[in-house]
Amino acid sequence: MSTQNTSDTVTAILVRHQRDATRLVQILREIQEQEDWISPEAIDTLEQELAVPRTKIEAVAGFYSFFYTRPKGRYRVLFSNNITDRMLRNIPLMERLCASLWVERGKVSEDGLVSISTTSCTGMCDQGPAILVNNMAITRLDEARVDAIAELIRAQVPLADWPPEFFHVEDNIRRSDILLDTVLEPGDALRTALARQPNESVAASSSRSWREGLPGTEGGPAAMLDEMMRSRLRGRGGAGFATGLKWEACRNAPLKPGQQRIIVCNADEGEPGTFKDRVLLTRRADQVFEGMTVAAYTVGAQRGFLYLRGEYRYLLDPLNAVLARRREEGLLGSNILGVPGLDFDIEIHLGAGAYVCGEESALIESLEGKRGTPRNRPPFPVTNGYLDQPTVVNNVETFVAAALIALKGGDWYGTMGTSKSSGTKLLSVSGDCARPGIYEYPFGVTVARVLEDCGAEHTQAVQISGASGVCLASSEFGRHIGFEDIPTAGAFMVFNKSRDMFEVARNFIHFFAHESCGFCTPCRVGTTLLKNMMDKLAHGRGSLYDFGEIEKLNQILLATSHCGLGHSACNPVLDTIEKFRPAYERHLLHDQFVPAFDLDRALAGARQMTGRDDDAAHIGDME
Amino acid sequence: MSEGNFTLDGEDIPFQEGQTIMQAAMAAGKYIPHLCYHPEFKPHGSCKLCTVRVNGRATASCTQRAASGAVVESNTHAINDERRALLQMLFVEGNHFCPSCEKSGNCQLQATAYELGMMSPHYDHFFPNRPVDASHPEYLLDFNRCILCSLCIRASRDVDGKNVFALSGRGIKTRLIVNAKSGRLADTNFSEADKAAHVCPVGVILKKRKGFAQPIGGRTFDLNPISATPHPTIKEG
Ligand SMILES: Cc1cc2nc3c(=O)[nH]c(=O)nc-3n(C[C@H](O)[C@H](O)[C@H](O)COP(=O)(O)O)c2cc1C
Ligand code: SF4
Ligand code: SF4
Ligand code: FES
Repeated sequence: MSTQNTSDTVTAILVRHQRDATRLVQILREIQEQEDWISPEAIDTLEQELAVPRTKIEAVAGFYSFFYTRPKGRYRVLFSNNITDRMLRNIPLMERLCASLWVERGKVSEDGLVSISTTSCTGMCDQGPAILVNNMAITRLDEARVDAIAELIRAQVPLADWPPEFFHVEDNIRRSDILLDTVLEPGDALRTALARQPNESVAASSSRSWREGLPGTEGGPAAMLDEMMRSRLRGRGGAGFATGLKWEACRNAPLKPGQQRIIVCNADEGEPGTFKDRVLLTRRADQVFEGMTVAAYTVGAQRGFLYLRGEYRYLLDPLNAVLARRREEGLLGSNILGVPGLDFDIEIHLGAGAYVCGEESALIESLEGKRGTPRNRPPFPVTNGYLDQPTVVNNVETFVAAALIALKGGDWYGTMGTSKSSGTKLLSVSGDCARPGIYEYPFGVTVARVLEDCGAEHTQAVQISGASGVCLASSEFGRHIGFEDIPTAGAFMVFNKSRDMFEVARNFIHFFAHESCGFCTPCRVGTTLLKNMMDKLAHGRGSLYDFGEIEKLNQILLATSHCGLGHSACNPVLDTIEKFRPAYERHLLHDQFVPAFDLDRALAGARQMTGRDDDAAHIGDME
Repeated sequence: MSEGNFTLDGEDIPFQEGQTIMQAAMAAGKYIPHLCYHPEFKPHGSCKLCTVRVNGRATASCTQRAASGAVVESNTHAINDERRALLQMLFVEGNHFCPSCEKSGNCQLQATAYELGMMSPHYDHFFPNRPVDASHPEYLLDFNRCILCSLCIRASRDVDGKNVFALSGRGIKTRLIVNAKSGRLADTNFSEADKAAHVCPVGVILKKRKGFAQPIGGRTFDLNPISATPHPTIKEG
């Protein structure tokens, strides 16, 4: 593409974004979509027209996995590499595609047509192996589909003309309860919230929390907040913070001149094995937006964002259509439902392949057009969030539950579940079971019950809440899902007795090393050290000594990491060493320390260059 | 402005409202090991060397506000163990050949390692491939030694108003970049007068043709440990 075209393309994109540098991530994504990469010439135009230093643009472009500052081909194929894809034999399929297209993994084909590589879990674990082609999801890969894709790429068929069934994504809802069973008419929850009158306990909380700038009568928003408190709803994104308290803190946060309150829906869903937000966004988009609008009404926010992971690019247009319809219906925009001053609108920002952007302060950085590096806290987003304004960040499922609470009341919601975990939870079930998909249960359900319902047999282990969660052995299947016992953001990956739990842990450690943002020393270096140790064990060079080293690394990461990613990076190894020791012992060929450095392997490059593989070109293991 | 006191390893430390633990400790003449913190710049909180325990909770003292009555532990065996490990990580992540480095003896990484008694790198070296940028007539950038502390970035942005430096990449591939399409320092507006030219705690940003004017052995931290003068004015070359 010529420089002139590039500059025109970039300028057109910039005009759409009002040359606003806080929108840099969205601008880069659109450039990448149109141009296949972000060329130095594209950055030239950005530098001039945004009037920001080149360093800033390159800093951002270099952070996100889905931005390419070198050409990666017109077709960029990424194989989801979660352990569940591995178990469905994604690697042989990738090798088949590589062989068929004559391209080396990770490289671009000589004609510049195609590149093939791996990526972190794409959230299709119940219908894998999955890939992304130019960020569009394709599921249920098999040999036939791989061969068809090779043919389409060779014939340079535009992605838009590929068979639509390739892009079909199943919802696989297997068990539903209050959340999935209740289908709201758009506006119902909001109308109920608006109609709520204060009662005595509301008066208490409203005098506690009343501040400036809230639309409508005092009763409505304060009464809604009270319902949230009564529901005892806790966030569904992992940490489980009380949603009512979060909303109250944002509502109470003082505004500086020109500031607004902000509602952000976290749809980054990057935790390996989690895909329930994808299904909610597909099936219950109205409820997600309605929950956000209820939150806006309650805290007095005017602006909303849905931060959608780049892997779910295919959902962007349908979601924007829902937003447009809601605007027409008077459910978004100014004077919502005719209430003067009730103004709120939502816009969708896409991520670009960075798990850490699910962390709320990193997410806000990304929304501001920056690298997704977690902030120093305090201050927290509720007081100093998006562009330093008071901001509520909640998970998709949290907002859907909030819409339900708005409609049916907090007391009603609070009767479901357990004392510390009210309501229901969506689980994303995948791995070795007959019926992978979405299961909704009241909190308190046992792991055994879920295993039975999903048709899991000969189960060896379950990984709950993704790579950063916990790994349970069969003796623990009587335990309960809930904040009292096993908290979860929703992932539920099943491993039968044939699986090597060491390889499961190794896959997760590779994930963390790849997704570390690199800001802090312990996680940036520590996750790579850990990855190297696991690879060393896999190559049969590990000893008991390495277990001690992993234990020590864990202490350092726990004590000194900047965010939750570093804190939980060792979990998968520690859990599996404790519970599945034989899986490690199979890889332990040595009692004593063995260096990771392998002389013979180090010579591989020289052998390749000289085309030799005779005995004299090898060095025996020195033992 | 309100004031208060906290204890650091059992000693009373006074502080002013808004001060961090690090700032209050420094004002009181107490040393908490640190690399990315510099009193003249906004705290960054990335190297994590300054991690202390505040009422038993681990946190970076350069970003944590001091609070009255807090019990802060810093100079303990366990915490210094963690710091040694962090230093080892920084050493193996880059390529640090101290005997041939112009910054040896003036280097805060090296001096902190001496201070904390780091005896070996312990971990396997990564041996990254990081080409040197010698394009600039006056200055050399040896990225092999970069510890990604972002001091040069803050200095260039906040003091020089230039944005010569930034971090790009992610995770272990995070790297320092300069503000030029060519990627070369010579093509930026970097100059010797910049604050950014004088803040690097290690041996990345080096004045050319000024090598070893002061012999190793007689340099800043050869003479005084870093705990005595954490931020001495270092005479370059
Ligand atoms: C590394 C990391 C990744 C995270 N990813 C997500 C995510 O993908 N989705 C999410 O809702 N929360 C994620 N979180 C949690 C968020 O920081 C935040 O707690 C959550 O969005 C708050 O919403 P909730 O209260 O409704 O759960 C992540 C946290 C960390 C540390
Ligand atoms: S813990 Fe990891 S992901 Fe979190 S800030 Fe540090 S380097 Fe980044
Ligand atoms: S060059 Fe020096 S000052 Fe700049 S980030 Fe690297 S170590 Fe820090
Ligand atoms: S000095 Fe505090 S994190 Fe670096």
